[in-house]
Amino acid sequence: MFDLFTSMPEQAATWSADVDWLNDLITNLSVFFTVTLTGAMIYLGVKYRKKSEDQEVAYITHNAMLETVWTVVPTIICAVMFVYGIISYKEMRTPPSSAIEINVDAYSWRWDFTYPGGKKSTNTLVVPLGQPIRLIMTSHDVIHSFFIPAMRVKEDVYQGNYSYLWFEPIKLGEFHIFCAEYCGLQHSAMIGKVKVVTQEEYEDYLVDRKAGDAPQLSPAEAGKVLYTEKTCNTCHSLDGSQTLGPSFKGLFASKERKLADGTVVPIDENYIRESILQPQAKMVEGFSPIMPAFEGQLSEEDIANLIAYLKTL
Amino acid sequence: MSAYAATDDHDHNYINWEKGFWSWWMSIDHKRIGLMYLGTMLMFFAIGGFFALLVRIELFTPGETIMGAADYNTAFTLHGVVMIFLFIVPGIPATLGNFLLPLMIGAKDVAFPRLNRLSYWLYVLSGGVAVLAIVFRLDTGWTFYAPYSVQNSTAVVAATTAAFLGGFASILTGVNFLVTIHNMRAPGMHWGRLPLFVWTLYATAILQVVATPVIGITLLLLILENVFGLGVFDPDLGGDPVLFEHMFWFYSHPVVYIMILPAMGIVSEIIPVFSRKPIFGYRAIVYASVGIAAISFLVWGHHMFVAGMANLTRYIFSFLTFFVAVPTAVKVFNWISTLYKGSVTWDSPMLYALSFVFLFLIAGCTGIHLATLSTDAHYHDTYFVVAHFHYTIQGGAVIGLLGGLHFWFSKMFGRMYNEKLAKVGWLFLFIGFNGAFLPMFILGMEGMPRRYFDYPVEFTTLHQMATIGAFVNGLGYLFVFGNLGYAVFRGKKAGTNPYESLSLEWQTPSPPAHDNWETIPIVTDWTYGYGKPEDDESHAGH
Repeated sequence: MFDLFTSMPEQAATWSADVDWLNDLITNLSVFFTVTLTGAMIYLGVKYRKKSEDQEVAYITHNAMLETVWTVVPTIICAVMFVYGIISYKEMRTPPSSAIEINVDAYSWRWDFTYPGGKKSTNTLVVPLGQPIRLIMTSHDVIHSFFIPAMRVKEDVYQGNYSYLWFEPIKLGEFHIFCAEYCGLQHSAMIGKVKVVTQEEYEDYLVDRKAGDAPQLSPAEAGKVLYTEKTCNTCHSLDGSQTLGPSFKGLFASKERKLADGTVVPIDENYIRESILQPQAKMVEGFSPIMPAFEGQLSEEDIANLIAYLKTL
Repeated sequence: MSAYAATDDHDHNYINWEKGFWSWWMSIDHKRIGLMYLGTMLMFFAIGGFFALLVRIELFTPGETIMGAADYNTAFTLHGVVMIFLFIVPGIPATLGNFLLPLMIGAKDVAFPRLNRLSYWLYVLSGGVAVLAIVFRLDTGWTFYAPYSVQNSTAVVAATTAAFLGGFASILTGVNFLVTIHNMRAPGMHWGRLPLFVWTLYATAILQVVATPVIGITLLLLILENVFGLGVFDPDLGGDPVLFEHMFWFYSHPVVYIMILPAMGIVSEIIPVFSRKPIFGYRAIVYASVGIAAISFLVWGHHMFVAGMANLTRYIFSFLTFFVAVPTAVKVFNWISTLYKGSVTWDSPMLYALSFVFLFLIAGCTGIHLATLSTDAHYHDTYFVVAHFHYTIQGGAVIGLLGGLHFWFSKMFGRMYNEKLAKVGWLFLFIGFNGAFLPMFILGMEGMPRRYFDYPVEFTTLHQMATIGAFVNGLGYLFVFGNLGYAVFRGKKAGTNPYESLSLEWQTPSPPAHDNWETIPIVTDWTYGYGKPEDDESHAGH
């Protein structure tokens, strides 16, 4: 669309062009209304400027018809904008199940990334072109906000739970990552980059390891170790048999879970996290509250690894 | 021309009624309290402006220009805290509102004059405590987001205590105005004749009374968390930082309307007088004012669109936010239509009123970008928001306040400023303001996050434009307040009603007498009957 009045960054995600189209639409309408109405104001102010002491003025107090029109028209415009906003936003909030999941750990003042194979990086997020990427993000201290202008995405990151973001890069290259929530002294230094590479380069990157490094477990493999080490296995089976606790078989695939109080909750990372740390917060229908709380006994990494493992079951 | 007998006795007015500091400090006269508020507030405006210019100088080049990151973070925080809590929250209601409300409705004072004085005292105390926040170098941003604000205790406790006390001052003003407007209108001043400035003060007072206690509770909890380790907001103590955001914005969104609504009221007063026409669509403006106040309670979630809320919650808040735009648009149409077939003079108050309409159009339109979920995901926490907010508050509330100050100056001081210089000052302000903040919209589009000490080099040119604009803007303020300040003491004597307004406050002498009216006036017509034909029988607004 006509974009003389806008200046957006490169369009590096599938929806960047859609967002920019809507942004152009809103901006063009804004410029149109601002110029027209200001023009009308100046025109009327000049045309009816005081020319003589006894200038005739019209005694006009209101006009129901006119006022109805200019109430209804902005209402319609707003409703249309709202719907447009929802349509393009819905996609941004619905990650495909095929997405590559990367964990993001925010610290004051750096971003740590953990890839599915266990590879880690700091401040540089390497992603393959044309693949949906889903970020599972948590903070280890104050609030941060993960922002990639070229992908048109941003989400705040908190300590104590996960927030999510996804995008699909359509352009090779390097793009800014900014922290968008003020987080203290080095807030403006908490910047990194997304490096969009080809599928091959990405695969090479994941296995690229310095000689002599210990062989690395993937998060799911590390989670599998924890599953027995932390004795999850005594109550949560892997084969579907229900013992003292619900089985882990097909946990994430089942999407939803019915609780003892009748409510249905979606099964996502935050639900699992809470159920590990505070098992009594959401009791599954048909089970007794006997699981001990693991609050304080697992590191953030342990929790993320367990979740990665549960997703494979 | 005065329909209301008032003695034009210039020897005795509220200014020379009693002399000396103590007579002002202990005064319960709403006019003196309004003036004292104005003086104190403008002092804090200067301090806040000083911090703003420090910020702009630092941003002139990437990396360190004149100060390090720690000093920069303190400077932008103090700019925000001082400007918000000590300048624009008391804002128009405490200054022009205090001065004019009883005069406009034909009362001798507000309903609770001593409470009014207490409100000013609390405000001064709040300012005193806030100085501690400056000394202890507060660096949390004016939003005090937890848990960052739980780690910085002395300065945070000082600043939040200051905001807490200021909140009480604000609540007391609100209660006072509500009771005054309900109970102290002169005979014949019924609701359909009430000046629109009074209507906006009424809507504002509701917000002050209902929303402010919530920020009081929030800040108190934050103080307890800092001092006693109470775990409400800090996840390390078992708290929830998102709860803080909800509670903070439940107040801090409506407070934007506490700032802007009275400015809309001022514009609605100025435009009819300088067009010699009735305000177009009086009732629509009344409904729009009250409507804006009501909707403003339901939209705080748009400050949290990227704060991890559920999707449905985001949709609902987006939907509601759009509907603030409608009553605002209605007002703009009404103001512009008022000019039609009028007799328009472009005096300085009118310049401010009309530039308010232009600047507020930009502020309102860019609000649409931020209400739309998919564009907000990009714009949230960028310079786009900084620009949008300053168009609303400086372009709206401050320009409105200045328009009001120029308009009612002769009423307040009995003297007139130099009109030519006033226009020059306005021009500097207008150019400087747009020069400072238009580039920030572009910066936001390009992805520049706010509250950044350092920035990638590609943003340098736009930052430099903004800095130059900010200095022209500051120069404009020096000009404007220099002109007004000189006129307070040396300005030409002004008549009672130089603009031939029909509104009640103009029927008193300038400056008004200590107790406003010898006898309470009896009102027989609405405020905006300019050019009314002899045979028109209606006496209220439509």
